[in-house]
Amino acid sequence: MTESVLEAHDLAKSYGRGANRFDALKGVSLSINRGESLAIVGKSGSGKSTLMHLLALLDRPSSGRILLNGSDAASLAGATLNKARNQTFGFVFQQFFLMPNTSVLDNVILPLKIAGIGARTRKRQAMDALDALGLADKAKNNATDLSGGQKQRVVIARALVNNPSVIFADEPTGNLDSATGEVVEDILLDLNKERGITLVLVTHDPDLAERCDRSIHVRDGLIVTQEQYA
Amino acid sequence: MKFRDVIGTAIASTFRSKLRTTLTVIAIFIGAFTLTITSAIGTGVSSYINTQVASIGNPNVMTVTKTVAVTSTNSGPSKYDPSTSSSNTQGARQGFGNASAGVLTAMDISAIKATSGVLSVAPSIRLTPDYIQYGGNGKYVLTLSADAALTKADLASGAQLNDSSTANEIMLPTTYLTNLGFSSAKQAIGQTVAIGVTDYVGQQHVVNATVTGIQNETLFGAGASANTALTDILQQTEATGRPASVLTNYASATITFKNGSTPAQVTQLKKALTNEGYTGQTVADRLGTFETVINGIVGVLDAFAVIALIAAGFGIINTLLMSVQERTREIGLMKAMGMGGGRIYALFSLEVIFIGFLGSAIGALVAIVLGSVASRILSRRLLADLPGLHLLQFAPASIATIILVVMGIAFLAGTLPARRASRQNPIDALRYE
Ligand SMILES: Nc1ncnc2c1ncn2[C@@H]1O[C@H](COP(=O)(O)OP(=O)(O)O)[C@@H](O)[C@H]1O
Ligand SMILES: [Mg+2]
Repeated sequence: MTESVLEAHDLAKSYGRGANRFDALKGVSLSINRGESLAIVGKSGSGKSTLMHLLALLDRPSSGRILLNGSDAASLAGATLNKARNQTFGFVFQQFFLMPNTSVLDNVILPLKIAGIGARTRKRQAMDALDALGLADKAKNNATDLSGGQKQRVVIARALVNNPSVIFADEPTGNLDSATGEVVEDILLDLNKERGITLVLVTHDPDLAERCDRSIHVRDGLIVTQEQYA
Repeated sequence: MKFRDVIGTAIASTFRSKLRTTLTVIAIFIGAFTLTITSAIGTGVSSYINTQVASIGNPNVMTVTKTVAVTSTNSGPSKYDPSTSSSNTQGARQGFGNASAGVLTAMDISAIKATSGVLSVAPSIRLTPDYIQYGGNGKYVLTLSADAALTKADLASGAQLNDSSTANEIMLPTTYLTNLGFSSAKQAIGQTVAIGVTDYVGQQHVVNATVTGIQNETLFGAGASANTALTDILQQTEATGRPASVLTNYASATITFKNGSTPAQVTQLKKALTNEGYTGQTVADRLGTFETVINGIVGVLDAFAVIALIAAGFGIINTLLMSVQERTREIGLMKAMGMGGGRIYALFSLEVIFIGFLGSAIGALVAIVLGSVASRILSRRLLADLPGLHLLQFAPASIATIILVVMGIAFLAGTLPARRASRQNPIDALRYE
């Protein structure tokens, strides 16, 4: 039997109030198993990112419950919530979100610094992560000077550095050409296969979705279909 | 995040946007620089005034002159009155506050003595010796200070004059040493000098005196001073052969009143003297005018510095708001990675405190360097007549205070933007394109 890392029960999220109220999610339930790779597919504006942010505990749902390792996430607050974000999750975004005028190494070190890990240990761990992505020689470079593919590899190194149990990737190849995009896809899927890190991948590319274990299709804030590939 | 890392990250952030940091630092620099300079002037002047007042040491003495109608610029000269405006043959040294003063006769001296509250009167005798000579080193012009009784000298070496001694004692200012042929202030103490005096009929006499003290120059002139024994003998010598009909006049007199008199009692004594046609001025009165002017100037400069700092404060708010705006994603990212709001607040606060520190420390440092150079040049040129006055004096405590206050202002200015940063929602930040 597979145990679930994250469970969502009847999640709803609306933005704005009164006449401006917009229901981005209208009741989504799903369960993510430890070690699986899940693709969230759907058109632009369908609510994929909203769902991912709720699952990653970056935002609170308007209604519904999220269970992290079986316990209600709503009860997490302050330091505990920050600790969960820091040590359980890793993020990869379409827009990279690298710190400008800061070295590649310092960007990768950031989550470890936030975790309060000592200078020597965090540097070694960050170098290991960069090494795993073939970027050890770029450690001293300014992060903004890299190519798109290199930037996304730095972002993956950063997501990986604190050994998360789940990596969330929101359209990670959206800003890359297809060749580099494929390299990034391979890296993420390899991390899932080889290190057993649960992968939640938001994409509108059906081909990429098919490479995952499972996919859910979101339309207008609701899950319309689910497919199991592996 | 460990607190040490928060500090490190804050400092690194200030250096990441160099132009913005530089501009803010310049604004703070101007305020801190001005404040340091004005506080140094305040310290310099008040320490000088304090040594002067301390050198005077006698709070129970007052200089008395005859009151003459003050010539005001609007009304032209006042009318000649033979009873008050006798010509000032003794060459009175006038007090600071008076536009003009008449001379005091022996009758005036008795009248002053009779005023209630006056314990004793010592007429200031202006002596006009010809020269002073030490050994065979040549003769030099000697100026004897008329109000020696009023002052207790700021000594470079030796001791104060002893008025109850029967020996002739003289105190020389430091400026006399080289010309007279003394190698140092210390060496001059105990040496005998010869003073040449011409009497009423033109005959020159020599009076010997012992140097008992060497004095730093004061606001009250650069002359030498004599003790009572020397004053008396010089006066007698000058008066040799003078017909009895020529009266002795005095430029001023020094009175003593009860030690520990209250300011009200002093005012009352002054009023009593005014009623009789005399003007009494304590040392504090004479220095007071000077200090008031300086304090006024320092006050105006301080006001400018504070205005500069307030402007800098708004500059900081603006800079930091821009910085928060610019770093929206960065803040969102840090929050998404589990950095707490309190740490974000600390990060931005420390950043602005560091900018405040940079601006004020550089400002104070530059002020100290430039101020010390300027002060040295001024003491040598413009203020050479006031030895002992170092216009700019940098007190470590006040510099530390300025730096801390500026850092405090910077922190206050940074509070609003830092709060805004700490409350930012990570999602809004990450959606921001
Ligand atoms: N902060 C917000 N305020 C108002 N509407 C929002 C906000 N965030 C997202 N939305 C809306 O919610 C819907 C879902 O957005 P999103 O989850 O980003 O879609 P997707 O990632 O699938 O493109 C969109 O119509 C979007 O305009
Ligand atoms: Mg999206």
